[in-house]
Amino acid sequence: MRVPLSWLREYVDLPATETGRDVQAKLISAGLEVETVEHLGADLKGPLVVGQVLTIEELEGFKKPIRFCTVDVGTANGTGEPQEIVCGARNFAVGDKVVVVLPGAVLPGGFAISARKTYGRNSHGMICSSDELGMGDDGTKGIIVLPPETEVGKDAVELLQLVDEVLDIAVTANRGDCLSIRGVARETATAYGLPLRDPALLDVPGPNAFGYPVEVSDPVGCDRFTARTVTGLDPEARSPIWLKRRLQKVGMRPISLAVDITNYVMMELGQPLHAYDRGLVQGTIGVRRAEEGEKLTTLDGVARTLHAEDLVITDERGPIGLAGVMGGANTEIADHHDVENASTEIVIEAAHFDQVSIARTARRHKLSSEASRRFERGVDPLAAAAAAQRTVDLLVLLAGGTADGGVTEVVAPSAPRTITIPADHPDRVAGVVYGRETVVRRLQDVGCDVYGQDELIVTVPSWRPDLTDPNDLAEEVIRLEGYENLPSTLPRLPSGRGLTHRQRLHRRVGRALAGAGYVEAPNYPFIGEQVFDQLGLDAADPARRVVRLVNPLNDEEPALRTSLLPGLLGALRRNDGRGSHDLALFETGLVFHPRAEQHVAAALPVDRRPTGEEIASLGAALPEQPRHVAAVLAGAREQAGWWGKGRPADWADAVEAARTVARETGAELTVRKGQYGPWHPGRCAELVITVDGTERVVGHAGELHPRVVKALGLPARTSAMELDLDALEQASDGTPQAPGISTFPVATQDVALVVDESVPAADVEAALHEGAGELLESIRLFDVYENAEQLGQGRKSLAYALRFRAGDRTLTVDEASAARDAAVALAGERTGAVLRG
Amino acid sequence: MSAPNKSYDPVEVEALKPEEIERMRDEALAAFAAADSLDALQEAKVAHTGGTSPLALANREIGALPPHAKAAAGKLVGQARGAVNKGLAARQAELEAERDARVLVEEAVDVTLPYDRVPAGARHPLTTLSERIEDIFVAMGYEVAEGPEVEAEWFNFDALNIGPDHPARGEADTFFVQGPEGGTESGVVLRTHTSPVQIRSLLDRELPVYVICPGVVYRTDELDATHTPVFRQVELLAVDEGLTMADLKGTLDHMVQSLFGEDMKTRLRPNFFPFTEPSAEMDMVCYVCRGESVGNPDRPCRTCSSEGWIELGGCGMVNPKVLIACGVDPEKYSGFAFGFGIERMLMFRHNVEDMRDMVEGDVRFTRPFGMEI
Repeated sequence: MRVPLSWLREYVDLPATETGRDVQAKLISAGLEVETVEHLGADLKGPLVVGQVLTIEELEGFKKPIRFCTVDVGTANGTGEPQEIVCGARNFAVGDKVVVVLPGAVLPGGFAISARKTYGRNSHGMICSSDELGMGDDGTKGIIVLPPETEVGKDAVELLQLVDEVLDIAVTANRGDCLSIRGVARETATAYGLPLRDPALLDVPGPNAFGYPVEVSDPVGCDRFTARTVTGLDPEARSPIWLKRRLQKVGMRPISLAVDITNYVMMELGQPLHAYDRGLVQGTIGVRRAEEGEKLTTLDGVARTLHAEDLVITDERGPIGLAGVMGGANTEIADHHDVENASTEIVIEAAHFDQVSIARTARRHKLSSEASRRFERGVDPLAAAAAAQRTVDLLVLLAGGTADGGVTEVVAPSAPRTITIPADHPDRVAGVVYGRETVVRRLQDVGCDVYGQDELIVTVPSWRPDLTDPNDLAEEVIRLEGYENLPSTLPRLPSGRGLTHRQRLHRRVGRALAGAGYVEAPNYPFIGEQVFDQLGLDAADPARRVVRLVNPLNDEEPALRTSLLPGLLGALRRNDGRGSHDLALFETGLVFHPRAEQHVAAALPVDRRPTGEEIASLGAALPEQPRHVAAVLAGAREQAGWWGKGRPADWADAVEAARTVARETGAELTVRKGQYGPWHPGRCAELVITVDGTERVVGHAGELHPRVVKALGLPARTSAMELDLDALEQASDGTPQAPGISTFPVATQDVALVVDESVPAADVEAALHEGAGELLESIRLFDVYENAEQLGQGRKSLAYALRFRAGDRTLTVDEASAARDAAVALAGERTGAVLRG
Repeated sequence: MSAPNKSYDPVEVEALKPEEIERMRDEALAAFAAADSLDALQEAKVAHTGGTSPLALANREIGALPPHAKAAAGKLVGQARGAVNKGLAARQAELEAERDARVLVEEAVDVTLPYDRVPAGARHPLTTLSERIEDIFVAMGYEVAEGPEVEAEWFNFDALNIGPDHPARGEADTFFVQGPEGGTESGVVLRTHTSPVQIRSLLDRELPVYVICPGVVYRTDELDATHTPVFRQVELLAVDEGLTMADLKGTLDHMVQSLFGEDMKTRLRPNFFPFTEPSAEMDMVCYVCRGESVGNPDRPCRTCSSEGWIELGGCGMVNPKVLIACGVDPEKYSGFAFGFGIERMLMFRHNVEDMRDMVEGDVRFTRPFGMEI
């Protein structure tokens, strides 16, 4: 809502020295979000005067038509001689009154005016358009032609009210009353402790039987309908400058006198109005719900199919307006550009419609108008009659009309709303002792009637439909007493238990990966389903089942991720493209899997706690959302440098990243050869945990498939891992137990075993581990060796260091050897391993 | 060893003459002193203390002396050998010290050589800033609560007093999730705030409830320098007996003081949110200019655009309607809540100029933030 300070001052006697910034500060502290204060004409400097065009000479030979004019500016130029001005506009004629800026003046935007030679003539100033004067759109796109009665030589800065301050207020959804100068003036008056001259306090004649016939058949949707008629309007009458200027300052475009007046009154009082050409309305005006499928073309020229819930205004033919939203084209009043058909009799509608109904209609038809914005947020129902009266008065005054004696008012009976609160309720909400007297006074400031002592019976004013509950009243008291005056205290909390196991785990995983050189890169979860083809997923892969959005930001990415890889690989590619080639990235985040059985989440009631069953039903309507962790690598894992060679990132780093995560969770992770879409079939590890005796694959790691690397445009040999972090967390084996530490000497035995190339080292190690028995302290693979000549084709040698130790004695060489032999024997039995000779 | 020669006169044995012994000793000591390396000393050692050295040979002669002469000769030779050994040890120590010092010099390196063999990793500053805020409240006794990002509308809207026709519901820029068979009605959305976690906390936990709810939220804003459709919030909820707006103010003060310094202040401005009543917008004093840039064009402040205050987010007293929807008696309990975006705070706390830097995962942006913030 844009509020010119000059307009505000009409209803509140603000001290003359108060600036827009001052008022802004006061209103902000009272709760109106004044976002900006626009200083109109701040850099404007005269002379800017009214002139009359005396002669026009058309200049030939230029690319566009140019006029050389002489203009009478009275004595404003100091000489009284006609001012010679070259002008490019054509929408004026000899005799017209125009706005002339003289040399020495500065127009908005720092545009200094001086006499200069142009198009071969001397030009001493300019004939101005509204644009050049920073007045906003007046719909003419040309220079301003003033009413003929305007006095030549008069100062145009004042005439056009070019200097003003305009507050721009972001009105919250509950404060429909502040979508009017009246409402903002009331807040201003309260904030300054000054009286308000309420523009809605008008003498309004009572309803009678002679008004235009109106029939409201839906009193719930429309609880008030006032109709007034004005006849004998002068079709040539135009909006006076002051009216146009106020509309421009609040951000509306002047259109025609009748429309301008209804807009003006809406801005002034907050009551949306509609003017019908009486000659075009046929019979009784009605208010009812639309019939499903009924048609109406609204003023914006759109033919609309109506919904049975839409509230419509009708005449004998059918709908003539979408109630509270927009009028129909069939009864539109014609403007003065078309004097022949201009409306001379107008029926004015000032009605009050149900907030919810208007909101739904506006949403349904994607049609938000000045009227619907106000009705949705709440309009003062008692302002309707005054607004109609004000409109009639202005039509009479400015358009030479005659007010018809008939006054129609259809009103559904209603009682003012009261709220009962303990007198100290605001005190208890705020944590401040205001006392009853202050509470009562502040509620009265808002416009409430207050009765009672310890219990206050509060009748809320008609213009504040948002005040419905005790806390609403508490807020009014607290904000008017000043939020800035609230003390600062701290509640006494019960002791908390700190972070949960899961929360600590998530942090730990992040730290461990960052410690290992990975950089965290969180990504958007939006994906396009073609990425599954790029990732090489089978047609039947469950990861292809996605949660889709109704209104994605980008039609290319309408679904939610089922894997972190698309996003994370995208970040890898982006970094690579920006010249960072040695990359190790990680991300933890949710992935989304639709349930096998989908249903709609119910709208549960809000007047009680939902039952456990109801809550469970909502849960069952949500997709599964496990937390995953993923890491991707490309380029060098270790850089080359003065210390020696570097090392490219490879599959083993990806597997190690998975192990790093598993170590933090305390879950025992089994790594075995696997095969899964995105990964290189020979370099893919399947990551497995065991929960309650059941093996579960929780992720994969390794080098990506060359096809995937190509399809996604990734650096060669990009490696990746992804794990279901929630699953790992479940497999976590809890509190670590301290091992017994033996101080007896260690006995070390190395063995080199030759096995088939295809035998996984993990199997050999597991067999050695088991075979060695409990004397084995640790086992470490320290070399892998392949040499066809020495070992035979398709064979490899695995060299292990075994460390034996007993808790109660020094082991003899024989004991250690026996344990080693047992280990080798079992490895031989399980994997065909033979000691390398 | 030959048998003792009882009649042998020591004086007649040339090698055992005192001046001869002294000469041998002095020669040995001179040789040690002349040795300029451990190797040379080793040679001198063999020459002057070895089995064939003059003193060793002289010592051997003692055996042949008559008994009365043995003691004096033995003493003479013993003293000389003692002096030689001592001299040797001293020179040995000296030369070893010299060698050690030389080795250390030779082993010196250029310690300014860079070492970026495995470049450091880092956590994302949005993660660590969120954790930092969580920790402030955990230290006060709050617990961290989490919830799903794809959320039922009832949790995201209805229970928060944002009914189906509430103007705020249409304004929330919500991503809607497709329903069964691709229908548009699912009752499920991408959560637009972490407030549904507050509802879940009130339903799941025993009263009183003091929770902090961090998490990712979604709104249909296009990514630009100041907007992102996916962002992070931290919200707080306290529901207990007798909580007041003053408690809310104190809690906010504590947070900004913990994050920005002891002398920080907050300001509440009335606002409207369906889930709180009264509601407020919360600002903090600009921690850079401390408000001194206001009306001071010579010292403009980029952080607060010379406004003096930085807008943090929304807050208020939990609307009793929200408590009712969660089965909490509003006659007995009251509560306060606030929420704000982490991205914005990261922007003004760490001078991030473009929102896109936070969402594109560029390692050059993230690395400097390290492990904590």
